[in-house]
Amino acid sequence: MQPTSHRFVDNAHDALHNETLQQALANVRVNFIEKRRLAVEALPEFDELRKAGRDIRDRVLSDLDTHLLAFEAKVQAQGGQVHWCADAESARRTVLKICQEAGAKRVTKGKTMIGEEIGINDYLEANHIEPVETDLGEYIIQLRHEAPSHLIAPAVHVTQKQVEETFRKAHRDLDPQRNLDEPSSLLAEAREKLRQRFLSADVGITGANFLVAETGTSVIVTNEGNGDLTQTLPRVHIALASIDKVVPTLDDLTVLLRLLARSATGQEMSVYTTLSTGPRRADDHDGPGAYHVVILDNGRSKLLGTEKQDLLRCIRCGACLNHCPIYHAVGGHAYGWVYGGPIGAALTPALVGLEEAHHLPNASTLCGRCEQVCPMQIPIPNILRHWREEELRRGLAPVAMRRGIGVWAFFAKRPALYRLATRIGARLLRNFAGRKGRLARVPLAPPVLTQGWTDMRDLPAPSGKTFHALYRQRRTGSS
Amino acid sequence: MTAQSNIAAKRPRVALFVTCLVDLFRPTVGFASIKLLEDAGCDVEVPSVQTCCGQPAYNSGDSINAADIARQVIDAFEGYDYVVAPSGSCGGMISKHYPDLLAADKDYADRARKLAAKTFELTQFLVDVRKLDKVAARLDGSVTYHDSCSSLREMGVKAQPRKLLATVAGLNFRELPDGESCCGFGGTFCVKYPEISNRMVEEKTGNIVKTGADLLLAGDLGCLLNMAGKLKRQGSAVQARHVAEVLAGMTDEPAIGEGER
Amino acid sequence: MSDRDNILASIRNHKRPSGAPVVTPPVPARGQVAGAERQALFVEMATAAAATVEVVDDPEMIPELVGQYLARHNLPARLVLASDAVIANLPWADHPMIAHRIGPATGQDHVALTSAFAGIAETGTLALLSGPETPTTLNFLPEHSLILLQASAIRGTYEELWRDLRDATNGGADWPRTVNLITGPSRSADIEQKLLMGAHGPRKLHILLLND
Repeated sequence: MQPTSHRFVDNAHDALHNETLQQALANVRVNFIEKRRLAVEALPEFDELRKAGRDIRDRVLSDLDTHLLAFEAKVQAQGGQVHWCADAESARRTVLKICQEAGAKRVTKGKTMIGEEIGINDYLEANHIEPVETDLGEYIIQLRHEAPSHLIAPAVHVTQKQVEETFRKAHRDLDPQRNLDEPSSLLAEAREKLRQRFLSADVGITGANFLVAETGTSVIVTNEGNGDLTQTLPRVHIALASIDKVVPTLDDLTVLLRLLARSATGQEMSVYTTLSTGPRRADDHDGPGAYHVVILDNGRSKLLGTEKQDLLRCIRCGACLNHCPIYHAVGGHAYGWVYGGPIGAALTPALVGLEEAHHLPNASTLCGRCEQVCPMQIPIPNILRHWREEELRRGLAPVAMRRGIGVWAFFAKRPALYRLATRIGARLLRNFAGRKGRLARVPLAPPVLTQGWTDMRDLPAPSGKTFHALYRQRRTGSS
Repeated sequence: MTAQSNIAAKRPRVALFVTCLVDLFRPTVGFASIKLLEDAGCDVEVPSVQTCCGQPAYNSGDSINAADIARQVIDAFEGYDYVVAPSGSCGGMISKHYPDLLAADKDYADRARKLAAKTFELTQFLVDVRKLDKVAARLDGSVTYHDSCSSLREMGVKAQPRKLLATVAGLNFRELPDGESCCGFGGTFCVKYPEISNRMVEEKTGNIVKTGADLLLAGDLGCLLNMAGKLKRQGSAVQARHVAEVLAGMTDEPAIGEGER
Repeated sequence: MSDRDNILASIRNHKRPSGAPVVTPPVPARGQVAGAERQALFVEMATAAAATVEVVDDPEMIPELVGQYLARHNLPARLVLASDAVIANLPWADHPMIAHRIGPATGQDHVALTSAFAGIAETGTLALLSGPETPTTLNFLPEHSLILLQASAIRGTYEELWRDLRDATNGGADWPRTVNLITGPSRSADIEQKLLMGAHGPRKLHILLLND
């Protein structure tokens, strides 16, 4: 997927003025936040589990190769195959090769963000293989030729009305008079349409929420059951996973599962948590004849040992998105690539480069709500700050901002000069404001610093004298 | 007028960290802070070399200037028993970020940690350290309170201002819906991404107006300038003050962004 | 160098030791109950997840109860069955009105009856294993999923489940292709966050809880 993160400001502008999108986004905040809160309240051990989950991840990351190799060995012992792919291109080619060797014409897909990351759908289509998204949200956006805008609710930016329009346009073989007023009728239609696809697919591609080294298992977590139909009915199952997905044991998996659904949707457990290990056994009556796990690096191994390593703890719950005021305002597409919200802002520069994605770590007030709700305690605000440091160091920050901070710091380090400058500034602004006590425009100040303010709000005027001047006056008794 | 409190046998020496915004825009907040601290049994001094905590540089990725400023602050403030700021943002900078910022500095790393351990936000200090449980102020009217992000998440301030406001005679307190959402100030964020900031502050003022309160309070002047500026641009009659002004009974000065009466 | 070599080399170059302590994670107290309390918890949690639970004292009654279920839901009197020891030994012959077939499910099956390996009271979840007697498709293709769970197979927590499953599979050597952890019937909230039941998996999950 070609990033448009460099156009974040324009993307955000479009998003803010998109009435339908704003209507859809209003649901996100209300539903997800409240449901998570209730689920967390209902589990007294939740905070301890967060620490335990964080520690499990940190231990794995400190010895990632060992765990991945243990996983690989177990997968092979059960008759499956593991494919290591350094980058997106390698992963695409690997998946295509497996599909071609299976003589595949149609591929069903469970939801996979790694699939988005490598752009597998377009690639398969270009090679005359039809990919069919089966997660309802993914199916909707596939019909609309859109990218997902949320980690777990891909069509969160689409209204019910838009779903109806999309279905009417795409399902032309159905009775045009049919009633699609109720969301349940939309769901029934999707279920009907996709059932045939499930049954006729040659290959099923899923993601993997976790990889368990103990048993050589990939785990998927869904509510719809589409992932299970995708990985049970076709001849071949391919699970796509990034290198950070591995956990050592089933008990470690359990800690993370206890955190995942609660943080994501406020459920105790998702409806379907499925552990898959190898192809069908000799005496099984169903299941794929071949099982492949594709493990993708794509820039992640380089984060190990850096102050950004903690990003690899992420379990893709989406809680950070659900609580982020930036995400609430502009939605996921504005971020311009696969991952949106706070995790997207922190991870995207690592995967597509800071030149492309430099706006993302900057478009944050560092309010810290993401870190507060993250089940893995990822210090996202700190990591965003590290990106800003790197941006400054590499000369990528806008000149005006750099100069502004430089000038301000010059004064801040020289108290006597600072006192003088602030006395003058306070007096001037007070005079400009006059009796009104506020300014609708700030004359003489550099527009880049003030337009952003006064275009949208008044600037309250200073009282006129600085605290330090008044304090000294009162102390010395002078007036 | 001494507020009821557990006064220590020896009066602690508290250095007031004025904050650059209070210094420039609204000195009353500084004087109200001093009054509250003195009433709570502290000796208050204002180190004269202070300018800023360094957060604008720090959040812009300029760790070098931020560290220089941090050292300046440590030099000026470390000699006191406590450092108190009428701001969760500046308090948080010193108490949560100075140790990280100077972790690699042989001379200052330990000094930063020591200063961090004795730096507090104003209401946090009054309630948690000085054990203040009431103030002697009076304000007739309805009030709502915005929890600034740093106060809430870095300093753990939520119950403390509410505890003290509940003892202000005549005051009717109303909780702000969606109170834990950021107001959109974020330092340079509000001028770097003004459209998004504007959306956030619109949400916030919408909720403020919904409470029906006459007066908005908060513990951070940055947030207050942002919210008051938006309220005034929207033609709202809701006024805004720093919580210290109300707790100290010093509400003679016009509210933030209001003209002279 | 292959991609595998490159990735391993990169990981080895960059990884750093972690200070993370090895502490036993907490197991939620909720699931650490036994006996009648555990069974009650299972029923409560499963019901909260929109499964229906029917307690059965006599396994011989099951074909009858299945017949009643089919009638209740206006379903044709036929279903596909698993062939584990319990289900295989039920008196289906006494209920010739219910047409039954044994094997994996197809797109034509409306109803399936299979057996769970265990239940987990902590979250009202069923654990089902793939195998020649309990094909996975029985859990997903039909609209109505009937699952037989023996009360003695209800564990309190997931930790107990894994312990027992490791034992039952020769220390993991005979691990099944699929372990399905199922909590309630299929659902989606992808249309404006409205919760809708019956996405792609079964619309209804009916648990026959056998008191044994």
